[in-house]
Amino acid sequence: MTQLHPILGLELAYWQETVIRVLLGLVALLLLTGGVVYLYLFKFVSFMQSRLGPMEAGPYGSMQLLAEVGKWLQKEDIFTEDSDKFIFGIAPAVVLASTFLMFVVIPAGPNAVVADLGTGIYFVLAMSSLSVIGILMAGWASANKYALMGALRAGGQLIAYELPLVLAVVGVVISAGSLNLQDIVAAQATGEIFGWSGIGNPYILTQIVGFTIFLIAVQAELTQTPFDMPIAESELVAGYQVEYTGIRFLVYFIAEFATAVAFAAIASTLFLGGWQLPTSWGLGTGTMHVVGPMVISLKAILLVGVVFWVRFSLPRFREDQLQKLAWKVLIPLALANIVVTGVAKVVF
Amino acid sequence: MAPKPKVPGIVKGLGITMKTAVNTMFPDGLLKPPSPSKGASTVQYPHEKEEPVARARGVIALKEENCTSCMLCARECPDWCIYIEAHKTLAPPRREGGKPRSVNALERFDIDYSLCMYCGICVEVCPFDALFWSPEYEYAEVRIQDLLHDKDRLDQWMGTVPDFEPLEAGSEVKVKKVPR
Amino acid sequence: MTAVTDREKLAYIAAKAADARVNVELETEGMILNMGPQHPATHGTLRIVARLDGEQVIAAEPIAGYMHRGYEKLTEVRTYPQITALVNRIDWLGSFANEVPFILASEQLMGIEAPLRAQWIRTLLFEMSRVANLILFLGDMGVQLGAVTPAFYAFRDREFVLDQIEAVTGGRFHPNFDRIGGLKDDLPKGWLAETKNVMVKVRRFCDEIEDLFMNGEIFAARTRGIGVIPADVAMQYGMSGANARASGIDWDLRRDAPFGFVYPELDWKVWTHPDGDSFARFWVRLQEVRESTKMIDQICDGVPGGPIMAKVPRIIKVPAGEAYVATENPLGEMGFYIVSKGDLTPFRVKIRSASFNNVSITPWLLRGVYVPDIITILASLYFILGDIDR
Repeated sequence: MTQLHPILGLELAYWQETVIRVLLGLVALLLLTGGVVYLYLFKFVSFMQSRLGPMEAGPYGSMQLLAEVGKWLQKEDIFTEDSDKFIFGIAPAVVLASTFLMFVVIPAGPNAVVADLGTGIYFVLAMSSLSVIGILMAGWASANKYALMGALRAGGQLIAYELPLVLAVVGVVISAGSLNLQDIVAAQATGEIFGWSGIGNPYILTQIVGFTIFLIAVQAELTQTPFDMPIAESELVAGYQVEYTGIRFLVYFIAEFATAVAFAAIASTLFLGGWQLPTSWGLGTGTMHVVGPMVISLKAILLVGVVFWVRFSLPRFREDQLQKLAWKVLIPLALANIVVTGVAKVVF
Repeated sequence: MAPKPKVPGIVKGLGITMKTAVNTMFPDGLLKPPSPSKGASTVQYPHEKEEPVARARGVIALKEENCTSCMLCARECPDWCIYIEAHKTLAPPRREGGKPRSVNALERFDIDYSLCMYCGICVEVCPFDALFWSPEYEYAEVRIQDLLHDKDRLDQWMGTVPDFEPLEAGSEVKVKKVPR
Repeated sequence: MTAVTDREKLAYIAAKAADARVNVELETEGMILNMGPQHPATHGTLRIVARLDGEQVIAAEPIAGYMHRGYEKLTEVRTYPQITALVNRIDWLGSFANEVPFILASEQLMGIEAPLRAQWIRTLLFEMSRVANLILFLGDMGVQLGAVTPAFYAFRDREFVLDQIEAVTGGRFHPNFDRIGGLKDDLPKGWLAETKNVMVKVRRFCDEIEDLFMNGEIFAARTRGIGVIPADVAMQYGMSGANARASGIDWDLRRDAPFGFVYPELDWKVWTHPDGDSFARFWVRLQEVRESTKMIDQICDGVPGGPIMAKVPRIIKVPAGEAYVATENPLGEMGFYIVSKGDLTPFRVKIRSASFNNVSITPWLLRGVYVPDIITILASLYFILGDIDR
């Protein structure tokens, strides 16, 4: 008996179910990524800059992403002469793999999760660190000084901002009492604020400090402005990605936005209540099978919007200022947040 | 220099970009339906086109009847992009019993727009009001040799030459007329 | 062959090993970073070769000349109206401003003074070219620092200024409007009123840039204390324009040598800043844009009636002599030194361009800064390659 039995009425072997879950997970991630790219990268940023963005490819430019994908796919696969060909080739795959692995535990409904691991959030944070390896591989194997500088900056930055990311999450884990993401969602949906359960207990209210730190750390993990020193476009001309073209660059592009979606989905799971609406609203699990994915997609898209809004409005930090911000401001704040949360959990 | 994030400065900046985005999406205010194509500051060329001003230097038009092949424009052009060939003919005398006048008959008057730098010296220097500016700008060609506009094409451009505009108060310059 | 004792053998090996031993303080040679002629940050084809130690610059050298077009040689074989058309392209962002010192020097040699109306409108277009140029700087500084949005606002609002310039001269970027003895043409009807509307928009843009970009903490962190140029060093290197004023040097040719302009009739002030860092240079230019809009408003109200062109012969032959006129161009002090032998073409023209001197300070300035700061400093110095290389 598998978990899909109630929905499909079929008997599926474990491996068949895994295949279906993985495929659906991939499709969901890619669809969301595509939608986010169109909505934010093409349209929202254009409106912020008083222009319309791509309008020619498809109605209102909706097919622009497909056009871009097609363009990247048909480019020549170039390796520079001095580059380390094998590592150069698989570095994009490493980055993309870390993104897909992050997406494995994010629940989109009562059963809609690729693998409901007991150490949910811990697994996510561990997988997100893998992308650093991919970036360092890319920077070194490119045999290009700019790429190397970009990769080293990225390595330092990503490792520095892992800590605030993890520490901000610890507050949520203490409040929910579990590392499992489904449990965290359930705790928010069934929780109460001072006895009132009108909107459940989304952790954004009690963990606002953690939420802010998490968003800032996510911005840095995605190497988005104001933390985009590694791909500082006006200096290093795309940093570690500079020697990539064709399909491999496309993989980086997809990885960047897919990671944004993944992190936003995680943030909405941890802080905004995930796929659940408050149980006091009385929607049964049956409806949540359908409504759940839509709810979490909406919340994730909202948070990605915030990420892109900040990305296109602010200038970038210098590398040492960025590190100072992480080590001297964010980590102490996150630690203080953990202490306060722990004390409050015991007292209240 | 540890930047302690004081909220106001950055947040105000975010507010400005959001305000611009909202103004672009809802140029008539939030209650009316969104119309970004009206709110944006750009026009969707080639579906919509902006009108250039009357004095815009788009293309040079030639009024052949006024040209006497004095060669001043060809001489003064910084790029030497005007090619003039003329021969002398005899025109009938002005009065009965007078000598036949020799006039220049224009054979060839080409402007090479691949060399032209749109400075306007030729138009300015012409003593006989034979050259005029027109704001037409959509004459890009696929082949470079098609950018050499000959006499007839330059004459066609005369149809697009706008009249000279009236001038600001206080000006003592006489507004000339374009010969049609 | 003498027999080598064991002791000598050991001593020889020990000496070689001593050479091979790594020093405790790893002396790395330093990476040479070539910010080549094609680079998004160097406003054109400037090449900066920097020797880095990690992320810090040990030495840097700018190599200009990739855009040398031979202006000074060209002027020897071009007539004065042709030179006026060519000279637009030196500083292509504030292009009317390039024509003016050349025309003023020629007028000085010919002994002609432009009529009053022409002087007022010349000052007006001069200030408009300053506004157009500096608006682009305000947006471009954003791009160099990573904020892409200010650049779009800058281009959007600069279009209004360029539309006004086009309405008068016919060309957005290359007006070719100044003539020896006055201006080519007069203003079209309704232009002065429309220009005042445009200045309102420009002022609104300045406020937007201030709120969006300049008041942000990130901008302050990136520019305060970066690239400090003390006043005496600035004077030694011949810095001019807003760069010098940002170091506290109170020098503005519009106020101190307004030959041919109507600046003494206007009510305006010169902005200086004592710090001399990149923030000061940005701030001074922002205030200058605002001051220019106020000046343009005053000029629009005060243009007198009259002829637009003095009596000038058709074929311009400048009498023999030499003249040098420098004006306060948007980029700094630009001067034309004309040597004439009485021909149709000048004998020699020397162009003193502001950006050449402004960029000459980079070897001194870039020692010890971080790589991102190179970008900030170059952006704040604000040079145009056409102005450096001519």
